[in-house]
Amino acid sequence: MDNTVVSTGTEGKTWGGGNQPLNASYGKMMMWFFIVSDALTFSGFLAAYGFSRFKFLDSWPIADEVFTHIPFYHEPMPMIYVAFMTFVLIMSSVTMVLAVDAGHELKKAKVTLYLLLTIIFGAVFVGSQAWEWATFIRGDYGAVQTTGGNILQFVNAEDGNRIALRDFVVAEDDGRVAHESNNGLWFKSEGTQPTYTVEEVIHGMEANSNVLIRTQIINDEGKKTLLSREESLKLLKDNGKVVVEGANLHVNEYGTPLFANFFFFITGFHGFHVFSGVMINIIIFFNVILGTYERRKSYEMVEKVGLYWHFVDLVWVFVFTFFYLV
Amino acid sequence: MSDHAHKLEILRGLVKFKSNTQKIWGVLVLLTIVTVVEVILGILRPEALMKSIFSMKILNWIFIILTLVKAYYITWDFMHMRDETKTLRRLVIWTAIFLVCYLLFILLHEGGYVFDVYDNGYIKQDF
Repeated sequence: MDNTVVSTGTEGKTWGGGNQPLNASYGKMMMWFFIVSDALTFSGFLAAYGFSRFKFLDSWPIADEVFTHIPFYHEPMPMIYVAFMTFVLIMSSVTMVLAVDAGHELKKAKVTLYLLLTIIFGAVFVGSQAWEWATFIRGDYGAVQTTGGNILQFVNAEDGNRIALRDFVVAEDDGRVAHESNNGLWFKSEGTQPTYTVEEVIHGMEANSNVLIRTQIINDEGKKTLLSREESLKLLKDNGKVVVEGANLHVNEYGTPLFANFFFFITGFHGFHVFSGVMINIIIFFNVILGTYERRKSYEMVEKVGLYWHFVDLVWVFVFTFFYLV
Repeated sequence: MSDHAHKLEILRGLVKFKSNTQKIWGVLVLLTIVTVVEVILGILRPEALMKSIFSMKILNWIFIILTLVKAYYITWDFMHMRDETKTLRRLVIWTAIFLVCYLLFILLHEGGYVFDVYDNGYIKQDF
């Protein structure tokens, strides 16, 4: 038996594997299947975000008050930075589709250049995302969480702007230090302590008559409810429990921790996709340089990876809308 | 390669391009304009658009519609959906649209219900 492959006479016929259903190659088809399923995963996350937001519709943080930062500039500037990120990602999509286009014409040099640009834009986006996370985690004004888990933020009564804890609270030495495992119970650990205690915040507020508290509740004008001086002091004294600076998975100075959880989870999952996309792009980039696709006489691999890359951009368009705009 | 024929019209034939490369840049311009409009509306948040229609602010409806417009052009022109067969296009798009609508209906409806339970003051605790 020198040849086990039997010719069946069906080559090139529908059931002989000779045609491509829907005029799409196997690889492209599988990429589309993956994209549909991944799109549903993201829809699940965003719909869950919508669920939680509808559940706390009257107390959800206002995105324009949360994401106000741009690098090297300290005035609140909502939207600008995230608009920049969006543009970078759209731009990377454009260079990717140009690479695919150049691939159809078998122009190796152009594909190389456009892929390189795509990788750079992708990396800039991931870096911006990291900066956004870092800023969000660090926080800016600080707040006090009540026993019921609500966030109390501080406002300067004179100009109506937010006032940071560091601007009116003085840290006193209460002898409390963070527990370290080499110092006492080795199996217990403790995170970073807030700069101030609730007691110190109360003292600071009593000493500064211009400080008011605003609650999480959104009033009819779409603003957070501002309390009077007496109400503010009473609420802080009766219910103040923890000083919160920045955001993590347990507490969030901007409002409900759910907001932070969803932000970390959804943008994190998206950022992970971008990161994977950059990695795959780099692999493809080296394959292009080595001439792999040149020898194959087909740059379809660039097209398939391109599909994934555009999908990542597509998801960002939705994340942008539901986290920053709506 | 000749077997990659591209359809070079966007906006239902309103804008026609000479080459695929040109079309790509054209779509970029379109997407940029839409994003800029979104960002400007997001910063200004005009009072006139704050009224509710179908239990959501007009502004939010505008944002969502503009997002779908952007999604359409990314899928159709960047992902070349415009050049795929009708069947593939429908398989991908309608499957996703149907399931997403289903998911949104269930979850948003439930979220609104939970909000009402809190709002009516019947249950205070998280559940």
